[in-house]
This record gives sequence, C-alpha cells and structure tokens, in this order.
Amino acid sequence: MENRTLGKPGKKSLSTVMMLAVLLLAMFIVLTLLTDKFLTVNNIQNLLRQTAIYGVIAIGMTFVIMSGGIDLSVGAVVGLSGVLSAMFMSTSERTGGMGLPVWLAIIAAVAISSLVGVINGAIIFDGKVPPFIATLGIQTAVRGLIMLITNAQMISGIPKDFAGFSRQTFLAFPTLGWVWVAFIVVAAIVIKFTTFGRNIFAVGSNTEAARLSGISIRKTTYSVYVVSALMCAVAGVLMTARLGNGVPTGGIGYETDAIAAAVIGGASLNGAEGSIIGTVLGSLIMATLRNGGNLLGINSFILEITIGLLIVFAVLMDKRRKK
Amino acid sequence: MSTPGKELVRLSNISKTFPGVRALNGVSMTVRAGEIHALVGENGAGKSTLIKVLTGAHMADPGGEIFIEGQKTDIHNPAAALTLGIGAVYQDVMMAPHLSVGENLFLGKLPRKGPIVDWPRVHQETREALAQIGVDIDPSVLLKDLPIAKQEMVAIGKIVHENAKVIIFDEPTALLTNEEVEQLFALIHRLKEAGCGIIYISHRLEEIFRICDTVTVLKDGQLVATLPTSELDEERLISLMVGRKLEEMYSIDRQQPGPVVLEVRNLHRDGVFRDISFQVRQGEIFGMYGLVGSGRSEVMRAITGADPLTGGEVFIDGKQVNIKNPKQSIQQGMAFLTEDRKRYGLALNMSVNFNVNMASYDAISNRGVVSLSKEAGRANHYVDEINIKTPSIKQQARNLSGGNQQKVVIGRWLACNSKLFIFDEPTIGVDVGAKVEIYRLFEELLKNGAAIIVISSYLPEVMGLSDRIAVMSEGRIIDEVPRADFYVNGVMDEERLVRLASGLTA
Repeated sequence: MENRTLGKPGKKSLSTVMMLAVLLLAMFIVLTLLTDKFLTVNNIQNLLRQTAIYGVIAIGMTFVIMSGGIDLSVGAVVGLSGVLSAMFMSTSERTGGMGLPVWLAIIAAVAISSLVGVINGAIIFDGKVPPFIATLGIQTAVRGLIMLITNAQMISGIPKDFAGFSRQTFLAFPTLGWVWVAFIVVAAIVIKFTTFGRNIFAVGSNTEAARLSGISIRKTTYSVYVVSALMCAVAGVLMTARLGNGVPTGGIGYETDAIAAAVIGGASLNGAEGSIIGTVLGSLIMATLRNGGNLLGINSFILEITIGLLIVFAVLMDKRRKK
Repeated sequence: MSTPGKELVRLSNISKTFPGVRALNGVSMTVRAGEIHALVGENGAGKSTLIKVLTGAHMADPGGEIFIEGQKTDIHNPAAALTLGIGAVYQDVMMAPHLSVGENLFLGKLPRKGPIVDWPRVHQETREALAQIGVDIDPSVLLKDLPIAKQEMVAIGKIVHENAKVIIFDEPTALLTNEEVEQLFALIHRLKEAGCGIIYISHRLEEIFRICDTVTVLKDGQLVATLPTSELDEERLISLMVGRKLEEMYSIDRQQPGPVVLEVRNLHRDGVFRDISFQVRQGEIFGMYGLVGSGRSEVMRAITGADPLTGGEVFIDGKQVNIKNPKQSIQQGMAFLTEDRKRYGLALNMSVNFNVNMASYDAISNRGVVSLSKEAGRANHYVDEINIKTPSIKQQARNLSGGNQQKVVIGRWLACNSKLFIFDEPTIGVDVGAKVEIYRLFEELLKNGAAIIVISSYLPEVMGLSDRIAVMSEGRIIDEVPRADFYVNGVMDEERLVRLASGLTA
C-alpha cells in the first residue's frame, strides 16, 4: 500500500561511490593545503604501498560479505602465507629456511594458505556453523599453527631481489599498488560480468530462493571463502616482501580493517550489497586518514577513534539514505 | 445480527497524501460496539493506510477528523492510539518470540518489587487476561514454542489487557490451519459479545461473510460503499471491489490433454508422505488439495529435488529420472513456484532484472561471462509479455505488489523454458485483479503446451481451475476426483473434498 518509489539499486550504489570519491578528494585537498609533505611522489607511493596489502584482503572480504557471510580468519591467513612463503624461500637454515626458488615458494605458500578457505567453506556449508563462529575458530587455530611452525621466531634470509620488489615502482607507481590494481580489475569483472558474481548476489539476497533456482549454494559458499583466503595468501606474500622477513605476528587485526573498508564502501552485512570500487575507496579513505594524520602529527589513538566513528557514520548515512 | 451498539470510533473525511500519491481520499467509516466491521479492497485500495491513520502511524491530511466515542481526537502515535483504546493485532511486530507469554503481555512495563521483577504477579495477571478472552496458555512458555494461532491469541490478549475497545485484525488467518481459524473466530465472537468493536481485514471473502456484520469497501483510496453483510453476496462484493464478475475469474480455456509429462509412482519420504502416485498430462491443470500439514507441498518439494526422497520413481516424458537437487529438476523442465514468495522465491533487495534471470544465467553466459545485453533483453521481454507492472527492470523486487512479484517469479521460469509449472498457493497475498491476470497466464501456459500443478487450500480456486484434484491427508493421496465430479446438480460440491481432506471417506 505504500507507493514510495525507492531509488534504483544501480543509482544507489553509484551515489555511495560518488560520495566516497568526493570525501577522498576532499581529504586529499585538505591534506595538501595543511602539509607540504602529503602530496609528494614519495608519500603517495608510500600510501599506496600501505593500502595495497589490506586493500587486496578487503576485496576478498567483499566477496564474502556480499554472499551474506563474514571472514574473521583473514588476518591469520595473511600471517600464515607470510611465514610460509618466507620459510620456503629463506636461505637461512637457522630459522627454518628451505631455500626454494622464489616463484615456487610463492605458489606453494599461496596454495597451502588458500586451503584455509576450503576449510572455512566446509565448516560453514557442510557443518552449518555460522560464518562468524567458524572463521573466528579458524582464526585462532591458524594463529596457533603459525606459532607452532615458526617457534614464534622471525624468519630471515629472504632473497634480496624479492624484498626489493616491494620497493620498486613501475611507471612511477609502486609494484605493490600494481598488484592491487590487477586484483581490483579482475574482481570487478568477476562481480559484474560472471555467473559466479550473480550467484553471490543471489545467495546473499535469499539463499533458499537461490537454491530452488538451481544455484549451487555449496559451490558459491566454498568459492567466496576460497577467494577470500586466496587474496589473503597473496597479501601475505606481499607483506613478507615489504617487511623483508617472515613475521609470525603479521596480519593481526587485519580483519577489522578489511571489514571496515568494505562497510565504508557500502557493503551490507545482510548480504547482496556492496561493490568492489566502493571497497577500494573505503580502503583508500582509511589509509589516507592514517597517513595524513601521521604527517600532521595527530595522536594515533585519536586517529583510531576517528576511523572507528567513520565506520559507524558510513553505515548510518547508508541507512538514512535508504529510508 | 445484533442491534448496533454505541459508536466507538468515527473516521470522517480522511485523506492522506504521500509525495506523488493520494493514498486516501475523503474516506469515512464508523465502528460500533459489538460490531465486526470488514474493511476490504484490492491491494493499494488504501486499507492499510486507513488503519495506519487510525492507529497513529500516519497523520491524516488536514480536514480529516477522528472521533473516539464522539470526542474529536488527534492520534499522534501508536502508543497514544492504545491509550485511547485502539489496538491492532500484528503478532510479528509487537511480540518478542524468545520471551515468555507473560513477558510479552507486559513488554516494556514488567511490574517490579523493588529492583526485582514481580513474576508471581506477571503470571497471575497474564493468566487472568488470557482467561478473560477464553484462552488457556501457560504464561511461562516461550512465545516461539507456541503454534502461530496461539501466538496470535497472546497478541490479542495483550491488546485486551491494555484495554483496547477497538481491535484491528489484518489478515489474521493467513498462517493458520482450518481448526485454528475456528478457534480464532470463536475468540473474535467473544470479543464482540464483550462489546469490543472489531475491524477485520482479509483477502478471504468467505471469512468476511462468515463473521462480519458490516463491510466497508475501498477502491483506489476512495470509499465505494458501507453495507450490512446480509445485503451482499460474494459476487456483488467482488464487483464492488474490482468491477468484475466472480465466475469470470476461474473460467479458463481448457486444452485437450496431451501425453503424460510427469508420472510418479509410490513416492515415499519417511515420516512425511507415502504411496504417492499420480500422472500429469500436457495441457491440463492438476490440483492438489489438502489441509496444511497434509504433505502436499512436501511432495512437490521432493519431486523437484528441494527435499530428499526415500523411495519411489519419477518419470518425465516417460523416462525415469533421478532428481537430486533443484538444478536437475530445472534441467528437466520443471518450475516450482513456492508458497511463500518473499521467503523462498524472490531476492527481494535485488532488481526485477536479476530476479527474472536468476535461474537461467547459464543460458545467457559464455564460459561464465554473462551477456548483459541478453540479460536486460530477457527481463524487458518478460515484463512486456506477462505485463509486470514496474517502472523499470532495475526496480527492486520488494517494491512490487504481491501480484507483480508472482509474475516476476513466473517470468523467471518462463526464461528457463519450463514445461511443467508447479504453483504452491499461487494467489496468496495477491489482490483480486492480479489473480485474474495470473489465471490468464495459466491459460497461456497451457496453450503453449505446458502442464500445471496447482496446490491450494482455497477450494473455490483449486476447484475452479483444476481438471483433476488429488486430495491429500496425513501424507497420503486419499482420492483423485475428476472435474466432472466437482459439481452436484450444477453446484460446486466443496463438501466432498473437505471430507476427504479431513480423512473421512466421501
């Protein structure tokens, strides 16, 4: 009986993206005016390197959230992939290095870490455990596993070329940033143009309707968690390159940033809402806040308070617009 | 019919304008003590808006007046409405399923002794309040553990406990079984005898004739008529609501039945149904009738792979098939249109475009890459072909009316090239006008060589549409009745089917 016409969904997500883009631009302008250290080649490259790693994780998280799930194990998988890749390629036997060729070390670390996604999928789909609990448990277990295999020791002896990769640029753009951009493009295409992308929306919007429409809930559920774990595995390798060591505590707390980026970018924890470009903007806004705040010498605790409020504010705005 | 009691509520010249829409236009209505007053009209006629004005959820436009027992009053919010003695029974929005019956009755105002909840008093008063309406429910039971009918009675008890004099029921029987409906009607009668005024909204016209004294008909936000029920019959009421005749509704161009499309033999699912055998032919409508819980939906869910089967054989076009999941049933040309569209059928927050294509993305994609032009082309095609009323294919499914939502789901299955359509309660929550359109679609489907199975607990519908009806009771098919036996001396013989469905022999 209510004849209100809501905005079309296409239009709505566009306006979320527009708002975020305007906000990001405004932050850039303000920071440029306030400090001459912000808009320098060096700082922007640094900003992109910082963002790239959890930007990649946030993309995977967006897949999971759009399917109506959540993945709290991402930080742990980043850590796992980080230490595994370090161990496989390290030439330092003292810290457990195996001295494998770099390419093989990367592939092996990514493949093994992606298995965590399969395990998440199995517990969530076949075990019918709520995603929040399943991935929380796996997070803790994987953290324990990392400590077990590393003896809680940092892994050194990373090949110089590999570590150097993270500091290089290509066309004045950091290599880490290029990796991120590549994943953004692929993810956006997958979401928009493939049946897998449609199935994610279907499952996120109404699982039973999707099942009765012949969509495999099993395949879709497993796939989103594997995509998430795969992204984290890649991020873990990037992190090891950037830190120049395999760090057992690497990636702790990354799940918060990844969820925050997706949510600021318009993803709804009820599923079927969100976009890759929104998540990218969400990631950039958070990174810019931190980077700019540091440059301005703002107390980092105050920065965290600001980011926390921003998350809540983003969701509030979204709810208001939908009313 | 009792003599009219004193006036409890009078709505006078109520209009309500939303941006761009005039939902109500100068509507007046009076509810008296001891009266059950039906409010009917198609979806969009303005019933809900009128109720929302009365309960303070909406403010009427200037010029409209509300009188409570003759006193002009402004109602600003639902809490104010309740203190004025006006309450609506919406069990899903006003109750907390995980709390006890007693807590629900006292929600927000639990009595305390010092800092501690006075449980003896809660239970005592709850028991009294429920006894007052003739209901015996343990106050300490969790609401969610009660059957829906009992939950509804608790909701009524809550309103009566808050001293409501005017009680509004909005589709109260939608989720109830036949026996539960009887209990509810008995309760409504007790409320009437206690001097309450009842406003009763329902799509089920037979209920209106059974219990209501007066009928107010709305159409397009305007008052059509207020008449005593005794001066109306079903046909006249429908023509007031839509300006159409009743017999036109179910009259379908029948086809000569063709070869058998679906045959099942001795289907069995432990504890749910057994010995289910039937055939469905091309061009015919096969009806499935039974009470809620008789297993009729479950049989269809199992045939289409939504639930597992424990035994039996399924043949499609004469070939035995082994369907293990919905995808395989879709590949076999079956379309299952579920009972509760919102819960099982539609992706509500997604577009019409998405919902139409949802079951057939494989057909319009190449190696997993979807053709966006084909996607939109198909959606537009079905919007035109089956007349889905939507401003664009980008509109979210949730914003469509019940009838148009059903058409979106039909479009989805047309896009899959289905040849056997299984409709479970196809017209629940669909207004009369859209019902007619859906029946016309049935006709089209038959003409194009499809077969249809209709599950319905509404006898006039299932009898009006079907060529044959299988009657189920307690998980078994009791009998199969051909159309020729629906009529006795030219009159539809509903009693026989009801007796069969209740497990009695005809």
